[in-house]
Amino acid sequence: MLGTILQIAFLLFSLSILMNLWRLVKGPDLPDRILALDTIYINSLALLLLLGMFQNTQTYFEAALLIAMFGFVGTIAAGKFLLRGDLIE
Amino acid sequence: MNLLFIIMAPLFGALLPLLFKRTPRAVQTLITLAVPLSCIAVLLNYAPATFAGDVPKQFVEWLPALGLNFALRLDGLSLLFVSLILGIGVLIIGYAHYYLSRDDDEGRFYACLLLFMASMLGIVMADNILLMWAFWELTSISSFLLIGYWFHSSDARRGARMALATTGAGGLALLAGLLLIGNIAGSYQFDAVLAAADTIKNHDYYATALVLVLLGAFTKSAQFPFQFWLPHAMAAPTPVSAYLHSATMVKAGIFLLARFHPVLGGTEMWLTIVTVVGLITMLVGAYFALLKHDLKGLLAFSTVSHLGLICMLLGIGTEGAIVAALFHIINHACFKAALFMTAGIIDHESGTRDMRKLQGLMGLMPLTATLAMVVAASMAGIPPFNGFMSKELFLDQAVQQHLFGGLSWFVPILATVGAALSVAYSIRFIHDVFFNGDYKELPKKPHDPPRMMSAPVAILAIMCIAIGLAPMTMVSGILDVAASSVTNASTTVKLSLWHGFNLPLLMSFVAVVAGILIYAARDQLFTFNRQFDGQDAKHNFERIVQRISDRAAQLFDRLDTGSLQRYVAFVLISVIVIMLPSLIDLSAITGGKPQQPIDVVSMVGAIVLIAAAFATATLHRNRFVMLMMLSVVGLMVSLAFAHFSAPDLAMTQLVVEVVSIVLMILALFFMPQKTARASSGHRVFRDIIIASFIGGIVATLNFAILTSPAESISDFFIANAKIGGGGTNVVNVILVDFRGFDTLGEITVLAIAAAGIHKLLNKLKPFMPSSDVDGRPWHRIKHPLMLTNVANLVLPMAMMVAVYIFLRGHNLPGGGFIAGLIAASAMILQYIANGVDWVKGRFNVNYQSLMSIGVMIAALTGLGSWLFSKPFLTSWFTYLKWPVVGKWEFATALLFDLGVFLTVIGATMMILSNFGKMTTRHRPTYEGN
Repeated sequence: MLGTILQIAFLLFSLSILMNLWRLVKGPDLPDRILALDTIYINSLALLLLLGMFQNTQTYFEAALLIAMFGFVGTIAAGKFLLRGDLIE
Repeated sequence: MNLLFIIMAPLFGALLPLLFKRTPRAVQTLITLAVPLSCIAVLLNYAPATFAGDVPKQFVEWLPALGLNFALRLDGLSLLFVSLILGIGVLIIGYAHYYLSRDDDEGRFYACLLLFMASMLGIVMADNILLMWAFWELTSISSFLLIGYWFHSSDARRGARMALATTGAGGLALLAGLLLIGNIAGSYQFDAVLAAADTIKNHDYYATALVLVLLGAFTKSAQFPFQFWLPHAMAAPTPVSAYLHSATMVKAGIFLLARFHPVLGGTEMWLTIVTVVGLITMLVGAYFALLKHDLKGLLAFSTVSHLGLICMLLGIGTEGAIVAALFHIINHACFKAALFMTAGIIDHESGTRDMRKLQGLMGLMPLTATLAMVVAASMAGIPPFNGFMSKELFLDQAVQQHLFGGLSWFVPILATVGAALSVAYSIRFIHDVFFNGDYKELPKKPHDPPRMMSAPVAILAIMCIAIGLAPMTMVSGILDVAASSVTNASTTVKLSLWHGFNLPLLMSFVAVVAGILIYAARDQLFTFNRQFDGQDAKHNFERIVQRISDRAAQLFDRLDTGSLQRYVAFVLISVIVIMLPSLIDLSAITGGKPQQPIDVVSMVGAIVLIAAAFATATLHRNRFVMLMMLSVVGLMVSLAFAHFSAPDLAMTQLVVEVVSIVLMILALFFMPQKTARASSGHRVFRDIIIASFIGGIVATLNFAILTSPAESISDFFIANAKIGGGGTNVVNVILVDFRGFDTLGEITVLAIAAAGIHKLLNKLKPFMPSSDVDGRPWHRIKHPLMLTNVANLVLPMAMMVAVYIFLRGHNLPGGGFIAGLIAASAMILQYIANGVDWVKGRFNVNYQSLMSIGVMIAALTGLGSWLFSKPFLTSWFTYLKWPVVGKWEFATALLFDLGVFLTVIGATMMILSNFGKMTTRHRPTYEGN
């Protein structure tokens, strides 16, 4: 049962990453691209955790933790760049 | 005492004159004199053994793997040369004390002189031919320093450069020759080379080796056609010329010929080359000596001529010729050193060395004139002086040889011509300077120099007479042993002033008469030579050097265009050319490992990776978008690491991505947002083709590696990580233990790079755009509230994670490097959210010190193992039972990792905060916010 659900989840998250990629490449605006990047991070995080569950291991947990903690820093940096140009002021 | 002393004393003694620079000049001179005098004392200790036929030796291993040993010998030949070098050296040092003016730096002069002395002694005493070569090069360098002693004069600099270039080039040829010889003989020790003499002479490479060695000898001894450098070396102070060009530097080439005579000599080739070159040099030198108006120029060319004479004798190579050559080496050293010193005295006292200005000095400098006449007569070969005897021997050899079949008769005739020219320029030296009419006005009114300045000349003049009158008592002993070490058979020398009426005596007589006639007709000779005046060796040499360097510059300009595109294209095309042929047959490089099935997620990851990489390349002109794409590439690579069982790498890569995107966006602020189009269409087409090929090659290589079941070194690390390093995380144990030294080097480089960035950005005032790329003004709010709050929330969590990752690193994925990056990221977030001033007010740490402390902790941990007499960076670990925590491992590697942790934080923060400071400091203030 869990196996089937995991398979479906893998499929859906992979699909959404592909859609994020489309938005990232297509744009048209910078905020679109930044959001696409952020979403790719979130979906990757989900994929990592799913992989951990699927293989029944904790190996991927720290990597997922780091994405959760710092995945948004890139988004913030990009956003701040659009707002103020300068990141550290 | 020890043979080493003879070389080490002047080598390290060279420091003495520099150390005593502030003492009075007389003290400096005495201290310098003590060095060769002590060497002479040691030499006297060994000389009896050499005279008895032994060869005292000394052997110290230096680089045995290369066959290079510090091996010394003192056979007869060495003894002869060592005595000359030390004996004349003592006289020169005394003479130089009076010669150098108050403005000259005497300490530097003596230091260079002693250095030179050490290298000469090294050449003649080396028992290892590589060691001999090392000293050979040292003489080139130290003579460069001596010739260029008056470096404010352009002539001195050019002369020094010319000598260095010529003898240095010869030295390289010599090295090649010696390597060949050593290879054939199987050892670089001289005895082994000597024993292999027959093998060497019959070897296919004999001719090559011989020519290379001769090139070395001929350049050093200024033999034709390399004679041009010696006259220009006359720009040196006269004591240097007297030393280098009478007894030492130029004699090194002669010494080499004598030393290698038993190894290489006696063949047809040796006979022809050495004899002919010597003969030509003798005549060319003598002819030009007569033409020079400069006293030292005359002496320089006469040195060239006499070296040619000795060289020719060594070429003939019979026992008699060898004895004559060695005898003439002694005689030439005596009279030529004395003549140079006389020229120096005349220059010193009268202010000029030009023989057209000098005349009639006899009345003013009677002592100098008398001494000069004695030594010049010796040079001319007039009895009863020593030069006469060696010249007789030389003429005798010229008559006896039958090297050139039916044409052999021309050798004695040319020898007589050379002797006649020698007489002519000797007369000129004396007559032009001391007689030739009455005294004329000169820059200074000359008189005899201080008695001590004449003393060295007087000693040498007495030697000339003494050797001439009593050759058997004076020199036969040393000639016996020296000749026997050259001929490799015991030799008994018989010398006497009077040989009875014979052909050589007749030739001598003819030479003297002809010499007087040539001197009388010298004006016609000068007129005749005037038509060649444009040919100055110095200018020719400079022109050739200039042309070579121009060509090199042109070639360099063509290769080094400064275009990165071009360089990369060159490199990649070479990769394609080299790699492609061996990769075309895919089936040959496919290994036996089966391929794994691919799952949907990996496929999607690969698609995203490829698409993002492609987009990075195509969208590169819009830099911000490109950064977004790059970021996706980085993320996908991290996921691939995680998926294919490299959690340490994945974690590192993830945090590195965070830090680098921030860094690049920071830098982007100061740069154009869009790149101009850099390549034309056809170039893009070319680049795409190159890139596709390279991509194909890398993919093929990967395929080949991944399918072949290779033995890897990881088994060793996996087996030893726990027992040897005390940790189960192999990656971390490798970083902090197995390859700890590498890591130490890496964090040091990181710290240096950060310090470099700090310095570069320190005073930079970059252009600060006041609106974004589309012309919209910047938003008013510096620090959005939501961001501030999130950042404050993340900080403690991130720090906790950092500590956790750090502590568990030795056993589970993690470690100091990742932990450092995590902590740095959390703090960067603070900088972005709250600004520099806010952070500075709460956390005022000097990142520079933090970084240095990190490197120091790591290094000291490594050094700590020395306290327990273990090699650098040996780690130690134990298990402690801690309250609450339970059993916990403590390893010195953890301390080392702490160093890494601190360095990474320090360096990262220093780079980023420097960028930050740069903008805050110089931000325009009109925004009013």
